[in-house]
Amino acid sequence: MSKRSQQPSENEVTPESLYLRRREFLTRSASAGIGLGLGARLGFAALGSGLLAGCGPDEASAGRRAALPTRTLSTRPGPAELQTDEDPTSYEDATRYNNFYEFGTDKTDPARNAGSLRTEPWSVAIEGEVAKPGRVPLETLLAPHPLEERIYRLRCVEAWSMVIPWVGIPLGDVIARMQPTSKAKYVAFETLHDPQQMPGQRRGVLDWPYVEGLRIDEATHPLAILAVGMYGKVLPNQNGAPLRLVVPWKYGFKSIKSIVKIRLQESEPPTSWNQSAPREYGFYANVNPEVDHPRWSQARERRIGELRRRPTLPFNGYADQVAGLYAGMDLAKKY
Amino acid sequence: MRLESARARRRALRLATLLVGFAPAAGLVVAFLHDGLGANPVEKITHETGEWALRFLFLSLSVTPVRRLTGWRMLLQERRTLGLFAFFYASLHLAIYVGLDLGFAWSFLGEDILERPYITVGFATFLVLLALAATSTRAAARRLGRRWKTLHRAVYLAGIGAVVHFLWLVKADTREPLVYAGVLALLLGSRAFWALQRRSRSGNR
Repeated sequence: MSKRSQQPSENEVTPESLYLRRREFLTRSASAGIGLGLGARLGFAALGSGLLAGCGPDEASAGRRAALPTRTLSTRPGPAELQTDEDPTSYEDATRYNNFYEFGTDKTDPARNAGSLRTEPWSVAIEGEVAKPGRVPLETLLAPHPLEERIYRLRCVEAWSMVIPWVGIPLGDVIARMQPTSKAKYVAFETLHDPQQMPGQRRGVLDWPYVEGLRIDEATHPLAILAVGMYGKVLPNQNGAPLRLVVPWKYGFKSIKSIVKIRLQESEPPTSWNQSAPREYGFYANVNPEVDHPRWSQARERRIGELRRRPTLPFNGYADQVAGLYAGMDLAKKY
Repeated sequence: MRLESARARRRALRLATLLVGFAPAAGLVVAFLHDGLGANPVEKITHETGEWALRFLFLSLSVTPVRRLTGWRMLLQERRTLGLFAFFYASLHLAIYVGLDLGFAWSFLGEDILERPYITVGFATFLVLLALAATSTRAAARRLGRRWKTLHRAVYLAGIGAVVHFLWLVKADTREPLVYAGVLALLLGSRAFWALQRRSRSGNR
């Protein structure tokens, strides 16, 4: 499949930095890796390897540190009423503290191991209840949609949070172009499954590939976006490059990363964390301070960069926009 | 002459234990000063102090098996110090959780202890360590007599409690706590093995 023949007109083209960055930065990764690695290891690796060496996290995992992208994306600001004016989390923290089990279960693992992910070429399989199913190059998928900046809160189910300026496109617009049939009630997403590129998949911590899903009305809500960048730059590998979901009113694990498949279907799709621990993680996973995780409280959260915890807001502060989607539902049961 | 060198060795061992015991705390302070605690420093020091409490608890539990296997009797003098380091790191762990994580919100602490099994177990384990640390002096041992030994067998419970606390708090990746569980099984299993051996030997007589 030729990418060139499908390229849209000049002004619609997604910035080339998205696709050119990998090789360019491979050379940088060596030096960056050494610098950052030293900092991260300063206190702990040396210390932890001391007495009971076998007990520390697996330091010898095969991954490579991912270089951080430097090229900027040209974006327009998204609708102001959908965004927060809170201070964004530092770029450093947002790129070194990640849950992305495909690259290891420690939150410092993704930054350390995500260098082995190849994000170019990338294509997305469009399947199910749509007019024209098929495999679409990422460029083609993005081409018709101008990139927007969306500054959102991100609340992890582990009770920490960040503020991230994402760059992306409304998921609803992408779904509309797929021309869903009347049977399209849910959207199912799937992450790349390739243990060669994703060393975390060599262990069965979760049932790979990672899958997630939304109801169609959730997926087409203006807040839901497909992100290709953050902080004005291309997505770093550890943050879900090259294409990830962002649904800011739900716990972070719903915002599936490195998407290779989008399927519209009639039935509720299985979701990875729900399959792993159904009592702890539901399909909806809306941020809710009233409904605790069975093992810890969801009433408060630590904003990364702050010392004290702050209260968690219903729907992560997006209740005005999204609470209507769940009218009449018992959110303690549909957690 | 022999006596002199024995005393020197004893001192060297004591010094080594103290160095090993304070090294992790020093490492944390250095990491703090060099911004080496990562994006979530409170979580990091909570986890690190908890794991070091577990490691020192295991080290104190390994004194008896190692002495039996190697015949190195001098180790016995370090058992109490290693146990006290376990208590030291467990206290830091609890203080960080109560002070920095909960911000001294006592109602949250009560709720956590009552409603979250891993915290219930963790807190109970701390109370056991507290009791052992409080009765770790020679005077306390003399005062308690035979009961001292019974009381200090609770260290096995503390070991089990600490591992369960760890196992119940991880989200999906149980590998690390299971490694600790394996080490604990070895430490407790060796004692059970020797106890059975002793019993069967006395039974044969």
